[in-house]
This record gives sequence, structure tokens and C-alpha cells, in this order.
Amino acid sequence: MNRNRRRQSINYTSIAIAYALTGLALIPLGLVLWFTIAKGLPAASHPEFFFNVERPVDVPGAGIAHAIVGTLILVGIASLGAIPIGVLGGIYLAEYATSRWTDWVRLACDVLVGTPSIAIGLFAYALLVAPFHHFSALSGSGALAVLMLPIIMRTTEGAVRLIPSGLRESGLALGLPRWRVSLQLILPAAAPGVITGALLSVARASGETAPLLFTAFGNPFLNTDPTQPMQSLPVTVFHNALLPYQSLQEQAWGAALVLVVMVLLINLTSRYVLRRQIRLAGQL
Amino acid sequence: MAASPTATALRATTSPKPPDCFRTLIGVVATTAPAALLLIVVVLFQQAWPSVTHFGLGFLAGSTWNPVTLQFGAWPGIFGTVATSLMALVIALPVGIAVAIVLAEQGQAGIRGAVGIAIELLAAIPSVVYGIWALYVLGPWTFQHLESPVSDRFNSVGWLSSASPRSLFTASLVLAVMILPTLTAVSRDVIRAVPRGLKENAIALGSTWWETTWRVILPSARAGIFGATILALGRALGETIAVTMVIGNNYQIPQSIFSPAYTLASVIANEFTEATGDLYPAALVELGLALILVTLSANVIALVLVRSATARAAI
Repeated sequence: MNRNRRRQSINYTSIAIAYALTGLALIPLGLVLWFTIAKGLPAASHPEFFFNVERPVDVPGAGIAHAIVGTLILVGIASLGAIPIGVLGGIYLAEYATSRWTDWVRLACDVLVGTPSIAIGLFAYALLVAPFHHFSALSGSGALAVLMLPIIMRTTEGAVRLIPSGLRESGLALGLPRWRVSLQLILPAAAPGVITGALLSVARASGETAPLLFTAFGNPFLNTDPTQPMQSLPVTVFHNALLPYQSLQEQAWGAALVLVVMVLLINLTSRYVLRRQIRLAGQL
Repeated sequence: MAASPTATALRATTSPKPPDCFRTLIGVVATTAPAALLLIVVVLFQQAWPSVTHFGLGFLAGSTWNPVTLQFGAWPGIFGTVATSLMALVIALPVGIAVAIVLAEQGQAGIRGAVGIAIELLAAIPSVVYGIWALYVLGPWTFQHLESPVSDRFNSVGWLSSASPRSLFTASLVLAVMILPTLTAVSRDVIRAVPRGLKENAIALGSTWWETTWRVILPSARAGIFGATILALGRALGETIAVTMVIGNNYQIPQSIFSPAYTLASVIANEFTEATGDLYPAALVELGLALILVTLSANVIALVLVRSATARAAI
């Protein structure tokens, strides 16, 4: 009897500890979000923060328009490269899963996701900056595309696998060639899942600093020419945060707030789209 | 038995199977992933070559980093990288596994869903945002309330002396927060993949929840959780920006966990754009090469472990 009571109390204590540690894990999330909002709002509450570019220290009216535009262009070009390749590659992984080669492709994707992004920056520098002797947005987009590719490939694969094989078989039974089944039947059915993967990779790429440091580099002016150096939000946060001027640090917090809002919005949208996919796949 | 007439007719009308062009095409497209990985290693090797031939293996053991006299050694960077990552792992491991257990085994769907979303958001926050937060909030706070009191009391203990707001310890704390989502998500999947029958048997024998978890589920998920740990270690080793902002950028073997230090990735991030000549950039790329070779092997080992652990769920 006594022994059972001890077992019970150990049980309840351990459940309590597990929940306490879970609570502990959530504290940093709350703190990061709270401080980013509290410290970022003073800068981000001025409308000119979104329409002006960098100004000399203590000249009022400085903004991050060049960084916002830069991030959009950098990630946009990277998406143009990575999404088609990633989606087709993902279809291959799911539709021809029996071949031995797909195992290696899958492993390579998973390893690539865990590759240090600074190393991918060095890689893009060697291939896309050094031969041309100057930094450019294109090289930054190249580095980001390498980061995005494995994420898109693996989520596309997962989404295609959710589609019941009945759909594929009915297409083949009607005499459609394999490529039309994959691209015109399976891909539209898996579209929400594919979009989820694309959104997640865009969110990840928007927040990356390390691969941009020596590729897109940075630019104090508004630049839309992808062959020239370009500013981005993460690089703005990184550089301004480390400078010993309060006004620049405030701008860094403001840029961090814009970045967090952007990334979290993309993330929540992707969750919503994914939920639709799961419901849709259930109806097929 | 002779073939039926219809089968013969069919064979006559269908041409020999045409080569599946679509399959070949998207197969080639999919190959970009392994090709990119291979190319990264080859290109970094080629870029680092001047330094590799000039310093040989002594590069890894050398502890000076002097761009003026062109003496480069990686040891303080390697030490800082490994020390911060291991400390982060020690901090994050108990928390990560507890959260994974709660997500996989405990609680109502509502709690699970909310905690799951929160952990995913934790993974979504950009590294540079963790960096600015650690630089202005976490670092000063731990310096005042944790590092200073501890180092005052244990001043005679070398590795706990001399507190500093930018330190190995602060960097490890941020890293711990950053690897928590990886650790949790992978451990959760591994724990979920433990065969239901095992758990049900333990409960049927009268085990409490804790006894089932501690003696049946966790031992059975051990290999996979180990894989999750190595995967998280790989992320910690390669993390650049947040660490660069708080580690203090001091290229020496730190005396204490509260001293400023440096990591491989941080040296590259801070110095690569200013590196001129042949040897200096090559030495920086060699740091990157060392980093990528270590993370690559960690990732491959971890993925194989995790995959064999979760594959059981399909059986």
C-alpha cells in the first residue's frame, strides 16, 4: 500500500516536472516577442520608417525602405529559381519512390537543410561573387535558393504522398501519360501542401543573415538592380545592432520587428494552407 | 498453354514501352540537391587549398590568428564552437525531451496543439532576432543576475571566474533556445513511433504513466533521441549570427565559461569581407571547410539513426 502511494507520488511529481519544463521552454518565445515589440515600436511607429532610406547618425527620418525592398527582391529571385526545381524534384521523390536513387536524394536534402548557412554563403561567394569582382543581389539570391531548395523538395514530396493512389490510378486508367497524371492531376490536388512548403522556405530565407553578408553585402541606398549590392532586413538588424549609436540601435529593433512580423505572418499562413490540404486529401 | 488471342492482339498493337522522358527529366532536376551538396564541399576545398597546403594539419592545432603576419590556426575557434554547442546541448536536452514527452504522450489535444505551434514559432524566429535580443536583453540580464554572483562566490574556481556580458555562457544560452525546436520535434516523432503495443503492455501490467515512459518508451526510443541530439548538435555547431553577436569575439581559449570567446562561423562572418590577399581568405574558407565536414558527418549519422527509429512506426 505504502509502495503504491510512493509510486503514485513519483508519477504525479514527474508529470508536474514535465509540464514545468514545457512552460520553461515557452518563456524565451514570449520574451523575444515582447522585447522585439516593445523596443521595435518606437522606430516602427513612424510611417517614414517604411518609406525612407538610411540617413547619417542622428539625422531624423531614417528608414528601412531599401532593406524591405531588398529582402523582397532577394527572396523573390531565389524563389523563382528554387520553387520550380524543388517542386519537380519533390514530385520525383514521391512518384518514383521505389528507385534507390531517391533515397540518396532524400538524404542529401536532409543534410542540406542542416548545412551551416555561412558555408553556403562562402560557396555562393566563390561561384557568383569572386568571378565578377563585385557583390551582387543575384549571388545572395543564389545562396538563399540553395537553402530553400531542400525544404520545398521535402514538403512537396510529403504533400504528393498524401494524395490517395486512386486518383493516380484513375488517371492512368483513362490512358493519360505519366507526366500528365503527375502535373495535371496530382500536383493540383497537392497544391496547398506544395504552397505550404514554398511559404516555409520563403520565411526561412527572409530571416537568413549569414549567407548574405558576403554576397548581397548591403547598400545604404534604395537599389532594385539585382547585379548590384543590395540591403536586406536581417543584415540591417545585424549591422545596426552592433553600432554604438542609440538611434541606429533603435532602427535595428524596428527592422527586427518588421522582420519578425513578416516571418510569423508567412508561417501562420502556411499552417492555415496546410490544414486545408489535410482536409482536402481526406475528401479525395 | 497458348496465349489467348486478345493478349496476342494487344502485344501486336502496343509499341515497345517508350523511354519515360518525364521521369528522366524530373530525376535530373531532383539531382540538383545532391549535386549542390557535393559542389559546396568541392568548391570550399578548392578555395581553401592555398591554406591547406601552406599550414597542413598544424592549422587545426595552431592557436594564433594574425592576418598581419599571416599566421593562422583554428584551435580557439574549434574550441569555442564545440564548447558553446555542447553547453547548449546540456541546457536544452532535459527541456527538449520533457516537451517532446508532453507533446507525444501527455495532455489534451488543445494543450498539445498550442505547445506545438509555440515550438514551431520558436523555430521560425530569425537568428538575427535572437541575436539582438541576446545582445541587449539576455546578455546583460545573465551578467547581472547569474554570472556576476556566481563568479564572485567561486572566484577561486578558474572556469567560473571573471564574468562578462558577452561570453561563452550567453552564447550557449541563446543556442540552447535555438536548437530546442529541432530537438523537440524530432524526439516527439521518435517517441510517437514507439510501437503502441509496448506502451499498452506496460499499462496493462499496472505501470504508472511515469514508469511506462521512463522504463518502456524512453529506452525504446533511445537510439532515435540520440539521433535527435546529434541533429541539434549539428545545428548548434553551424549557427552563426546570434552567436557572433554575443560571444564577444575574442580569439583565445577562454579561461572561464563567462569569458568572451570566438567560434569558427563567427570568425568567417566577421572577417571574410575584409580578408585580402591569397592566404587570409583561404584560411577563413578552411575554417568553413572544417565546420561543414563536421556538421555533414554529424547530420548523416543523426539522420540514419532517426530514420531507422521512425521507420518502425510504418511496420
